[in-house]
Amino acid sequence: MLAYIVRRLLYAVPILLGVNLFTFMLFFGVNSPDDIARMQLGAKYASPEAIQRWKVERGYDKPMFYNPAQEGAEKLTDTLFVDKSLRMFTFDFGQANDGHDIALEIRGRVGPSFAVALPTFALSLVAAITFAMLLVFFRATVLDFWGVTLCVIMMSISSMFYIIGGQWLVSKAWALAPVSGYAGGVDMGRFLWLPVFIGVVGGLGASARWYRTIFLEEISRDYIRTARAKGLSELAALFRHVLKNAMIPILTGVVVVIPALFTGSLVMESFFAIPGLGSYTIEAIRSQDFGVVRSMVFIGSVLYIISLILTDISYTLVDPRVRLG
Amino acid sequence: MYVCLCCLLPAACGPIPNNPYPAGEGGQNILYTAFLDRPRRLDPAQSFTEDEAAFLYQIVEPPLQYHYLKRPYALEPAVASAMPTVRYFAADGSELRNGSDPATVARSEIEISVRPGVRYQPHPAFARDEHGEPRYFSLSKADLANIRSPMDFTHLDSRELVANDFIYEIKRLAHPGVQSPIFDLIAEHLPGLKVLHATLNEEIKKNPGAWLNLDKFALDGVKEVDRYTYRITFTGMYPQFLYWLTMPFFGPIPPEVDRFFSQPGMAARNLTLDRWPMGTGPYMLVENNPNARMVLEKNPNYRPDTYPCEGMPEDAEEGLLADCGKPLPFIDKVVFTREREAIPYWNKFLQGYYDAAGISSDNFDQAVNMGDRGEVTLSDDMAARGIRLMTSVGSSTFYFGFNMRDPLVGGAGADAAGRERARLLRQAISVVLDSEEYISIFLNGRGIPAMQPIPPGVFGAHEGEAGINPVVYEWRDGKPQWRGVSEAKRLLALAGWPNGRDVRTGEPLIVYFDTTDSGMGDKSRVDWLAKQFRALGVQFVVRATDWNRFQDKILQGNAQIFLLGWNADYPDPENLLFLLYGPQGKAGGQGNNSTNYMNAEYDRLFDRMRVMPDGVERQKIIDQMVGILRHDAPWVFWFHPKTYSLQHGWLKNRKPGDIVRNGLKYQRVDVAAREAARERWNQPVRWPMAVVALLLVVLVTPAVLSWRRREKAAACVGPDKASERGGTA
Repeated sequence: MLAYIVRRLLYAVPILLGVNLFTFMLFFGVNSPDDIARMQLGAKYASPEAIQRWKVERGYDKPMFYNPAQEGAEKLTDTLFVDKSLRMFTFDFGQANDGHDIALEIRGRVGPSFAVALPTFALSLVAAITFAMLLVFFRATVLDFWGVTLCVIMMSISSMFYIIGGQWLVSKAWALAPVSGYAGGVDMGRFLWLPVFIGVVGGLGASARWYRTIFLEEISRDYIRTARAKGLSELAALFRHVLKNAMIPILTGVVVVIPALFTGSLVMESFFAIPGLGSYTIEAIRSQDFGVVRSMVFIGSVLYIISLILTDISYTLVDPRVRLG
Repeated sequence: MYVCLCCLLPAACGPIPNNPYPAGEGGQNILYTAFLDRPRRLDPAQSFTEDEAAFLYQIVEPPLQYHYLKRPYALEPAVASAMPTVRYFAADGSELRNGSDPATVARSEIEISVRPGVRYQPHPAFARDEHGEPRYFSLSKADLANIRSPMDFTHLDSRELVANDFIYEIKRLAHPGVQSPIFDLIAEHLPGLKVLHATLNEEIKKNPGAWLNLDKFALDGVKEVDRYTYRITFTGMYPQFLYWLTMPFFGPIPPEVDRFFSQPGMAARNLTLDRWPMGTGPYMLVENNPNARMVLEKNPNYRPDTYPCEGMPEDAEEGLLADCGKPLPFIDKVVFTREREAIPYWNKFLQGYYDAAGISSDNFDQAVNMGDRGEVTLSDDMAARGIRLMTSVGSSTFYFGFNMRDPLVGGAGADAAGRERARLLRQAISVVLDSEEYISIFLNGRGIPAMQPIPPGVFGAHEGEAGINPVVYEWRDGKPQWRGVSEAKRLLALAGWPNGRDVRTGEPLIVYFDTTDSGMGDKSRVDWLAKQFRALGVQFVVRATDWNRFQDKILQGNAQIFLLGWNADYPDPENLLFLLYGPQGKAGGQGNNSTNYMNAEYDRLFDRMRVMPDGVERQKIIDQMVGILRHDAPWVFWFHPKTYSLQHGWLKNRKPGDIVRNGLKYQRVDVAAREAARERWNQPVRWPMAVVALLLVVLVTPAVLSWRRREKAAACVGPDKASERGGTA
C-alpha cells in the first residue's frame, strides 16, 4: 500500500503543476497586469505612471513565461509564472494585492468554515442514512411512499428557501437564534445551531433518497436472505450487513466532500455572516487578486488529491477484496 | 423533552436567544452598525473609498473637517488651531493680494498651525523603557509570537502631535512602497514630490527591505515653521487643496509608528499601518477582522472637542442642536459587523440589533410608502417602531457619455455641418432618455434627475426654474416638465435622421451602448433603454463586456455611448466640471474626461473658475460653462442618487451627508430605550420547540411500534414477503 500511496503522491506533482499553469493562463487571459493595477489603485486617479509603478513594485512587470532580457536559466525563472505560481509548492502563499498575508488569512478563516461544515456534514450523514434505513425497513409500505414523497419535495426546494425561511421563522418570528453572526469559544453554539440545522434539513431529501437506492439494491441480495434465514432480525441485517456492504458507494460520495469542509460554503456563510473561506475565492476573483485565487485553487487541488487517496485507502478497509497495488 | 432541547440548543433558552452580541455588552454605550464590503486599505496614504472612510475618518484626524450640520458644506478646523492662511506670490517673489489675477500667481503658500497639547492614542510605538529608549523597536520573531494587534503589547504610550508628523505623512505619499493613489495628482502641484519619489526609489534599491526614515529626505514644497506649524508651497494656485486637508492623506503619521511597523516579521502577522491605522481622532481601532467584525473604542487621549451649536434652521426642530457644547465623542465603542446579504442585515435592524440601516430594493416596500407624486413617507409599521427616515441627495452624478471621438455621436472627422448633426443627435438622445421614469422604475424613486454635472448642495447648482436643463425640460405649472418624445423626434429630424433613418440614404440609425455585463438586473435596464430608442425608430445595440475590456474601450476611445458615475471627492464644482475639461481626455491622456469632450471656450472658463473663490463671479462663469455643456450635450445628465436610510428613535444627532465622513463622534445612543425595545421586540416563542419535540415523538412512536410488530411477525412470514415486494428504488 505504501508504494501505491507514494506513486499517487508523485502523480500529484504534475497534476498540481498543470492546475497551476491552467489557473495562471485562465486568470491572465481575462485580467492583464494593467487591469489588476487599475483595480487596486482605483479608477479615479490611476495614471499610466501609477499603474507602471504598481506593476514594478508587485513584480507584475515581468514577462509571463519567458524573459529575453535575462541570461541563462533566469530567462525562464525570472518570469511572472515562476514568481507568482511555483512558490506555491513550498506552501508560500505570499501576500494578497491589498497587502494581507494569505496564509494568515486562510488560517483565520478555515476554523469558522470547519465549525459549520463539519457538524453539518456529520449530522447530515447520520440523519440521511438513518432516514434511508427507515424507508428501506418500511419499504413498499405507505410509510415508504410518503417518505420518498417527502424526500422529493425536500430536494425540490431551493437551498435559499431553507435559509431565508429558516432565518425568518426561527430567528425573527420565534426569536430563538441570532439571524446571523459568529463567535468563537462557548458562544459558538448560539450562532451555529441554526445554519447546521438548516444545512442538515436542506440536504436530507436528496441524500436520503440516494442512500435508500443503494440500500435497496443491497437488501435484495442473496446474502441478506441468508442472514434472515439464520434468524437475524431485520434491523440487524440492515445495520450489520446492508450498511457495511453499501459503504463503497457511500464512501465514494462522502470522502470527496471533505475538501469542501475546509473551503466552506459560499451561500451558507454569506447569509449567516460566518467569516469562513466560502467567499474568499469569489471576493478575490472580483477584486482580481491573483495571489488569493492561485492559493485557494492550489489548496483545493491538494485537498482533492489527498481525499481521493483516502477514498482508495478506505475501500480496502470496508471491502477486503480491494487491494491497492 | 424541553430540557433536552435546551441542552442541545442552549442559545434557544437564554433570556433573549436571538441577541447576536455577548450578554456582557447589554446596557453599554455602544453603537452597533454593519459593513457590507471589507475595507481593503486603511493606510491613510492609500485609502480612498467610502467603505474604508467609515473607519479611517474616526481614527485619523486631518487638519480640517466639514461642519457637521451646516449646508452647503463648510470647512472648519479639526486638529488645526485655525483655518490655514493662504498667501500668493508673483514670479518675482512679491506677495500678491487676495483676488489677484490667477495668471500672475507663481506660487501659493498655505500655512497650517495645529493645536498644541493634542495627543495620540495609546500605541506601543511610543512606549519607552526605563532608560528612555524605544521599547519595541527591535522585536524578534519570538516577541511577536502571541501578538495579533498593537493593543496586545504590554506597554502602550502616547506623545504630543507636532507639525512634523503631517510633513512625514505628505512625504509618505511619495514612498514607492506605499503607492498612494493621489501621488500623481498632488505631485502636479507640490514641488519636489516627484524628486522625493525618485530619491526614495534609489534608496530602496540600495537597501531593500530597510526602513526609510523620511525625516532624512527633504521635500521642497513643505517646510516646518515651528513645533506646531508647517507650510506647504504650491506651484500656481490650488485653492481646492483646502478640501484635501480634510482627508487622511494629509493627516499626521508619527515617524515612530512607521518605524515600528517596518520591523521584520510584522507584515507576516498583518501588523501594518495599513491594517492598524492610528492617530489623534476620537476613536481607535481595537479589533480588526475585516471578514467579521471591526471595533472602535473611544480614544482616551482625544483632544477637547464639543458638539456644534450652529446649524441649519431645521436642525433645532429636529433636535440636532440639543447637545450643543457637550464634549465629544458621546459613544464609548462602535461595533461594525460584517453582513454580506441584505436580508439578515434588515432583519437584525428590525430586531433592534443595528441602530441604523440603509434600505435595499428588497425591503423598500416594507420600509416606505410612495405617494402618487413620488413623495416618500415611512410605512406605518416602521413608524410604530419609532424608526425615522433620513434622506439626502448624494454628491454624485451619473451620466451617459458620448464618445466625442466617435464619428456618429461625436462628429469626429466631420465638417461643421456633420458636427452639428452629431450635436443634435446627442441632444435628441438626451431628451428621449427619460430619467424620471428610470428613477421611478429602477431606483424606487431614490434619485433626482440631473440637470447638469453639479449635484444639489454643491456650489454652482441652481434650484427651481433656473436649474432646469432647457434642452430636456421646460418649466410649467411651477415644476419641470419633460419635453417628451416629440421633442426628441424633432431634434432627431433636425440631425438628419427623421424617424431614425438617414435623410440622404435611408439607412437606419444604429447606436451602440457599451456596458459591462453584470447580471439579470441589467437586462431589464437595457430593455428599457432599447424601448426608449425604439420610440425614435433608432436601433439600439448593446455591446456588453467585462469591466476590464470596458475600461480598455474607454481608454482607447472605442466606445460609443456608455454609462458612468462620479462621486465628488470634495464639494467644489471644480471636482465635477473637470470631468469635461479637454486636457483631462481619457483616450490618449488617461485623465477623467471619459467622453474626450473638448471645447476651447469651456476649457478657458474652467481655468478661470478653478482658482476663483465662491461668489457671484464664479457662479456666472459656472452658468456659462453649464450652458455650453447643455448645448453641446457630451453627456446625458442622468441622475443624482438619493440616499434613504433608517434609524431607530434611540439614535440621536445623526445627520445625513456623504461628504462629512467623521460623523460618528457626534452621534449619541439612548441605551435604556434600546434595551427596552430589544426586549419588547425579541420575546422568544418557545412553544414551537415543544411542538417539534412532540412531532418527533408522534412520528417515531408508530414507527417503533410497527417495527416491533414486524419483528414479532418476522418469524412467520413478514420479512420474506417484504423482501419479495422490496428491491425497487
